[in-house]
Amino acid sequence: MNISPIYRREMRSYFSTPLAYVFIVIFLMLAGIFTFYLGGFFARAQADLEPFFTWHPWLYLFLAPALGMRLWAEERKTGTFELLMTLPVSMGDAVVGKFLAAWSMMGISLALTFPMWITVNVLGNPDNGVIAAGYLGSLLMSGAYLAVSACISATTRNQVIAFVVSVAACFTFLLMGFPLILDLFRPWLPAAAVNFMGTVGFLQHFESIVRGVVDARDVLYFITFIGLWLYAGAWAVDHHRT
Amino acid sequence: MTAPRIEATGLRKEFGRITAVEDISFSVEAGEVLGFLGPNGAGKTTTMRMLTGYLRPTRGAISICGVDILADPVRAKKRIGYLPEGAPLYPELTPSTLLRFTGQARGLKGKELEDRMARTADQVHLGQVWNQSIETLSKGYKRRLGLAQAILHDPEVLILDEPTDGLDPNQKQEVRQLVRQMALSKVIIISTHILEEVNAVCTRAVILSDGRIVADGTPGQLESMASDHNAVSILLPTRDSPGFVQKLEKLPSVRTVEVLPESDGRSLLQAFPSEGNLILGEVADLIGECGISVLQIKQEPGRLEEVFRNLTLPTGGPRHGGQA
Repeated sequence: MNISPIYRREMRSYFSTPLAYVFIVIFLMLAGIFTFYLGGFFARAQADLEPFFTWHPWLYLFLAPALGMRLWAEERKTGTFELLMTLPVSMGDAVVGKFLAAWSMMGISLALTFPMWITVNVLGNPDNGVIAAGYLGSLLMSGAYLAVSACISATTRNQVIAFVVSVAACFTFLLMGFPLILDLFRPWLPAAAVNFMGTVGFLQHFESIVRGVVDARDVLYFITFIGLWLYAGAWAVDHHRT
Repeated sequence: MTAPRIEATGLRKEFGRITAVEDISFSVEAGEVLGFLGPNGAGKTTTMRMLTGYLRPTRGAISICGVDILADPVRAKKRIGYLPEGAPLYPELTPSTLLRFTGQARGLKGKELEDRMARTADQVHLGQVWNQSIETLSKGYKRRLGLAQAILHDPEVLILDEPTDGLDPNQKQEVRQLVRQMALSKVIIISTHILEEVNAVCTRAVILSDGRIVADGTPGQLESMASDHNAVSILLPTRDSPGFVQKLEKLPSVRTVEVLPESDGRSLLQAFPSEGNLILGEVADLIGECGISVLQIKQEPGRLEEVFRNLTLPTGGPRHGGQA
């Protein structure tokens, strides 16, 4: 395994450009807006972070493709893709190293929301176990969004296309978990198919983790989902050389 | 006799309906500097990209120091240093962080990595810009850095795609010097448009045209394919020299004589030998016999440009060019 040089190079690129700082600031601002305005954090008068986590699927819908779109498209555009692909690094290492770097950016941003956690602890007595589960679920889900975006980035050298298609793909996986959408399909599809759709979508798994029920199956779902999309990403990188 | 360091057999590369490389086979032995010549679109870059494991050939096999690059790409790539066309680099990094990255990716670490980085920086004179971001560097520095990452790990095989393209004459000279130094211990493939470079650095050259090898030999052998190879040029102070040209044409070893009027009343005679003859001696004797005065006389080695043009000018209708 030779992941570490790729990972470190990516991280260095994030932090030697404004990208990392802009991303983190926007992430924190949006997370705050969602929580306080849309989530009604104070109006609920409850010491928990539910209004914070509830909006994360929508937060990631745009931020994950924004982070993921450059992963491969930029390298292809600038030609450094050729440099990378002729280094003695396996395809798997390159794909995983890049993904982990982007995921770390998400993790760092998410970790910097800690004042939120302090706030609820000051204002009341929240169940910190549930909050920890919420952070875990949110991190896992951001990885799922990123894995989709990274794979799509590998199919084009145009970052705008990568972004738009990634948002559309992530939106699909998000919608697939909404009861409203599933009900639309119920008259047309067998019940098993509709339930399967719900299982493939992000939302059911995310919501159950955020409620504090860390079921191994939900965790496994996200890990499998990430793994499959990374595999597809490696395939896409391999088959889109030049 | 050791096995060839690079062996390519029956390489072919198609991009959709375009065939960039038709059928290329060659091998390179230790100590050779092989020049890749050919017009744009002849398949030089595509061939180099296959050799370095970037592109997968549609057909054919490549072995680098005995390792099949298709079967074991990581092990084969460890033996190669590669400067891609245009020397692409991560613009947000600095020379030092870029070399650290490629060095680590190539398995160097600790003191060895530091030593190699320092030595390479010294070799290509990167010290001045060591911590400057790459996007602010001049083209010459970028090219040197590209070269630095290719030689950092002291590879057995060095593949350089147009290493002197876009450099000023001094920088070109420097790069050639570097290539000659490294030729002692490595196998080098270098592509170029610049024919003088072939004589300057290559021990052997192949000329590619439309995805095929149309000539393969030492620079001397290639030059001997020129029509003016071993022709004798005589510069006369007068516009015509009656009798002399006729006598020259009558020499049994001379095939034909061309007279080219020069400016200021001089004229240039070119005597072309018939197959494989050396005629300088006979021509000199004849000049003595006729007692004419001559400003200059020399035997032409043959011009590589002419060989290049003859071999690579399209003969048929228009063809699809592949990638440059």
